[in-house]
Amino acid sequence: MTDVLNVLVGLLLLGGALFTLVAAIGILRLDDVYMRMHAASKAGTLGSGLALIAVAVHSLELDVVTRAIAGVVFFMLTAPISAHLLARAAYCVGYRPCAATHVDALAGESTPASTATSGTAAGDQPAGGAAH
Amino acid sequence: MSWSESFLAWSIHAALLVISAALVLVVVRIIRGPTLPDRILALDMLIAAVIGFIATMGVKAGYTLYVDIAIALGLVGFLSTVAFARFVLVRGRAGEEGGEGAGGRPDGPNHRIEGGTP
Repeated sequence: MTDVLNVLVGLLLLGGALFTLVAAIGILRLDDVYMRMHAASKAGTLGSGLALIAVAVHSLELDVVTRAIAGVVFFMLTAPISAHLLARAAYCVGYRPCAATHVDALAGESTPASTATSGTAAGDQPAGGAAH
Repeated sequence: MSWSESFLAWSIHAALLVISAALVLVVVRIIRGPTLPDRILALDMLIAAVIGFIATMGVKAGYTLYVDIAIALGLVGFLSTVAFARFVLVRGRAGEEGGEGAGGRPDGPNHRIEGGTP
């Protein structure tokens, strides 16, 4: 039983470390900030979550398991929120996706970016962009 | 020391080594930029990698209070990313050196900042 737990903890740690490495390579290799966000917010969260689960399996105490699960749920709730906020902020102030991006679902909407890039009626857009 | 304990010790050291390599790669992205959202995203990823590092150190030391430190660090990282996103939204593209088309737009969300600073 202890052998199985030790092997499981080791595999969880190795998996978390490999997912973290994949996220770091994606941050370094992908083209623009939106693609890098795709790598960091999914693989990075999975890497840290697997390491926390490894701590929980290693200790097998109720308080540690509860805190580790709470931490994993917290990371999985907050990572999409922060990635969405950063992507929306970057898009709204005019950071364009790279040329390899073929589908731009926000291109036709009246975000502050679409009026700011056209150069017209941009005077009142910063207040509207910062208000919500 | 049984074989499973030696495997656990080996995997802990391998995980620490791999996460250290990931930290170096993320720091390279923070230095190279080229834009401010890239650096903010890389700082967020740095927080996630450090959380994994701290959890691995918790397994190595057998000291379970590291879980609390990892959760607190995750909270700080989330709040800092939200604050940086608001800062990007308010600041616009003022002073951006590497972005494409930064000079092609005559006015935009950043002209308020530029007007405020002499």
